[in-house]
Amino acid sequence: MNPALVLIALSFALALGLGVFARLGKTMNLEQWSLGGRGFGAIFVFVLMAGEIYTTFTFLGASGWAYSKGGPALYILCTGTITYSMSYFLLPIIWRYAKSRALVSQADFFIAKYESRSLGVLVALVSVVAIVPYLVLQLTGLGIFVSEASYGTITPRAAILTGSAGLVAYVVVSGIRGAAWTAAVKDVMILVVAVGVGVYLPLHYYGGYGAMFAAIEEAKPGFFALPSSGMSVSWLISTVVLTSLGFYMWPHTFGTVYAASDERVFRKNAVALPLYQLVLLFVFLAGFAAALQVPGLIGAQADLSLLRVSKLAFSPWVVGVIGGAGVLTALVPGSMLLLTASTILAQNVYRELVPTANDRRVALVARACVPLVALVAVGLTLRGGAAIVPLLLMGYSLVTQLFPALILSLGARPRATAAGAFAGILSGELTVAYLTISGSTLSTLLPHAPQFVKDLNVGLVAMLVNVVVLTGVSALTRPVPKRTLAPLS
Amino acid sequence: MTDHAPRLRFTSRRYRWLAVLPTVGLLGGIPFVDPTSPTLFGFPPLLVWIVAWAPTTSAIMGLILVLDRRHDK
Repeated sequence: MNPALVLIALSFALALGLGVFARLGKTMNLEQWSLGGRGFGAIFVFVLMAGEIYTTFTFLGASGWAYSKGGPALYILCTGTITYSMSYFLLPIIWRYAKSRALVSQADFFIAKYESRSLGVLVALVSVVAIVPYLVLQLTGLGIFVSEASYGTITPRAAILTGSAGLVAYVVVSGIRGAAWTAAVKDVMILVVAVGVGVYLPLHYYGGYGAMFAAIEEAKPGFFALPSSGMSVSWLISTVVLTSLGFYMWPHTFGTVYAASDERVFRKNAVALPLYQLVLLFVFLAGFAAALQVPGLIGAQADLSLLRVSKLAFSPWVVGVIGGAGVLTALVPGSMLLLTASTILAQNVYRELVPTANDRRVALVARACVPLVALVAVGLTLRGGAAIVPLLLMGYSLVTQLFPALILSLGARPRATAAGAFAGILSGELTVAYLTISGSTLSTLLPHAPQFVKDLNVGLVAMLVNVVVLTGVSALTRPVPKRTLAPLS
Repeated sequence: MTDHAPRLRFTSRRYRWLAVLPTVGLLGGIPFVDPTSPTLFGFPPLLVWIVAWAPTTSAIMGLILVLDRRHDK
């Protein structure tokens, strides 16, 4: 029996056991199931937030980018640093309002702030459409981790089916508590694996870090700098700005904010997370180390680089630990995505269609949605191939369009009208869909512009459309009121 | 303007503006990172610049947290 297989199976059993055990002693209404009764302290919120951020895609994708693209991969660290510094101010405001109004989902926030149910339905639909490809990616990552780390003994298909069945079981039974317990174990494993691999591989293959960078620089000159066109400085800055705005707009991240027991949790996290994200530095180091050791992985294959180089360098036992950690990195965000999509479908779609439904019934529907959402995701995962990555990027762009309407709603009274927010979000989303489907970039839209403009992230166009429409419609649908400046503290 | 009470209250939280440093400093510095400059222990300059901002940001946010706690007393 392959030792790697044993370790992967153990991790899965551990996740499942913890997930189900987490329920003990709790009665499960929707607030308990979806938000843990708003009782999570700093540690649970920390691991959940970190768990949602360090997904299989970050793990495989970050090392894959480091391996194939070099310097531009570092944009991920910039986004983290900037987002966490903003979270100190943004998250307490969101949390306070959500608690005072007993909100359950992100769409609820928009409904309460703008006093518009139709806006809530729009946000709910955007949320679910963005979540599904993200879930598909976690399942794809799970398949890659298990099949690679088991040396091909388990097919990706078998891994995806087994993994999803376990996921559905513990999400239905324990809701967010299952995710929180698994997230705690996962964070420890990921820390050990990432630091271990990132420290060891450069030493093993190159004899040192400086030697590694020198060897790669010699083989691929300029690999660690930003190119002068394409993924250039203006690409990096515009991408970091957009991803920072979109970061907390993901419905499952937004929902985790509600689960905190008090707002001081976010302030502590804003101090800890910028440093903690340096776990990714070790993932990058592993990806860089792979660049000269397992050359020739092109396109989506680059995501395999971390696992391929690990299999070359380590015994099956170590590969098994890496595989086990990989399983958990898929299950934690996977369960939060599944939980959030199901909550939204019950709370903001079902309740809208059947206004007479009581809370008990909505909670029941939410859990019934779990296997349905999982089934859709599994179906897309098994059918899909390379078409998934653009879908995730589109998902990210879709949620980012919620930012202007959200930020304008944070004061005592929204600075846009419900019609303005609705029109802004809708036009932004349609622009995203058009740009994605037509494959437009700023260099195809503005072929004669200077290079730094052509390299800007095309998501800025959708954001611009959104803000212009939001402002215009808001001005038309409401006479400008006399506004007093709200106190800043 | 100093004798205006709400303004004073705002002024006393002025240290919170430190929180824009990570965004402005990190991104603003990137065009000026010289890829040929001497490197720290052989680490590439862009990597050093971006990584250095992580502990710096933690320190800045920690300072704001401490000052906020003092302010709220």
